[in-house]
Amino acid sequence: MNQKLSNAQIAWRAAQDIEDGAYVNLGIGFPEMVARFQPPGREAIFHTENGVLGFGRAPEPGQEDWDLINAGKKAITLKPGTAFFHHADSFAMVRGGHLDVAILGAYEVAETGDLANWSTGPKGVPAVGGAMDLVHGAKRVAVITDHVTKKGQPKLVERCTLPLTGVGCVTRVYSSFAVVDIEGGRFVLREKLPSLSMEELQNATGAKLHVEGAVGDLICPEELADA
Amino acid sequence: MDKRLSSLSEAVTDIQDGATVMIGGFGGSGAPIELIHALIDRYLETGSPKGLTVINNNAGNGHVGIAAMIEQGMVAKMICSFPRSADPTVFTQAYLAGEIELELVPQGTLAERIRAGGAGIPGFFTPTSVGTDLAEGKPVQQFDGRDYVMERWLKADHALIKAELGDSLGNLTYRMAARNFSPLMAMAAAKTVVQVTKAVEPGAIDPEVIVTPGIFVDALVEVANPAQEEELNRAGAHHP
Repeated sequence: MNQKLSNAQIAWRAAQDIEDGAYVNLGIGFPEMVARFQPPGREAIFHTENGVLGFGRAPEPGQEDWDLINAGKKAITLKPGTAFFHHADSFAMVRGGHLDVAILGAYEVAETGDLANWSTGPKGVPAVGGAMDLVHGAKRVAVITDHVTKKGQPKLVERCTLPLTGVGCVTRVYSSFAVVDIEGGRFVLREKLPSLSMEELQNATGAKLHVEGAVGDLICPEELADA
Repeated sequence: MDKRLSSLSEAVTDIQDGATVMIGGFGGSGAPIELIHALIDRYLETGSPKGLTVINNNAGNGHVGIAAMIEQGMVAKMICSFPRSADPTVFTQAYLAGEIELELVPQGTLAERIRAGGAGIPGFFTPTSVGTDLAEGKPVQQFDGRDYVMERWLKADHALIKAELGDSLGNLTYRMAARNFSPLMAMAAAKTVVQVTKAVEPGAIDPEVIVTPGIFVDALVEVANPAQEEELNRAGAHHP
């Protein structure tokens, strides 16, 4: 396979599905990039686990106030309408079904909607943060990820082999090759890179890709290809 | 009634060996650095308190605050959600050497367990962690066709937290995202001690904006211009 989307392109594609006014939590790391690609005319309201809703972009270097950070401990800024709250209220927003979208990274996603994204096994120091909470409660739980690991192994699988973050929780996957919904315990292909054949895509996927109706072309801005 | 204390050492003097201590903050945001360092100073002088169980979202960063407590050997157990940071060396080494115990709790469950402890609710059911390793051994019950895990409340002997304004009755406001776990911990500890950036008289804080009502606070001490843990770490600080 000679082509895949860059992380910025995957993040851009995920951002296209976020409605104006949606309440959104972006997982720490790669998912934070989604905030950069809100379509013109739409404004999502971002939630961070440590008690801030409706925050602004990163400050200029040197302008950080370290009491004003996101869940990834990165500095953020205020903007008109920002709200602060304590941690129990913050996770009431999460588990209580008040968020419209949560976007997370993944080590593995299963066709059942199971997600593994917090632990690669018993070695080292385990750390979970808010991942196990975030997969419950948001109306849509989406994953952004490379389609395969660095070693070329599928990340979309029949059953996860790594420790689970949540069971049956993921509803859509934005990968470097495709957009895949999870419905009724199956992967349903919605969009794929036009340069990939169905056979090539299926070979890079660890579970059967179902097709229902038309499969769209997954086309992202070229200028993000190197980003 | 006046809950104000005149010194940091007085604020941490009755924490005993083996006590459970909740410490506010999410990373450096809200970390009560001066209270923690006063506790470390007491330990270095007297050998006590040691064998502590510390409850915080993280497990320290660099060589100040909670990391410095661990480095000095005061902490027997951490209850936290994310024992990683920009520089987690101190916790990581202690953990891998078997010198410190870790109870890993999902972040929202940690917050709710503390809230429940403060609210007199011994257990609750949550969807978080259902079907995962962190639910092992915990009762599961179905409600409306969905599985939920039972979690227990979390209480502590002491809470050490940082607030922005505090009046002599213990009413508190916080500064931006430095609020995080602190209002919950103030409720869940038998004795809550607060370092406030500015101590004021009753009436100076608008009742509409008080976040923690004074009933949850036992003592406060003013620390004007408090250190910020992130800034200390960026400067490579160590304590002591």
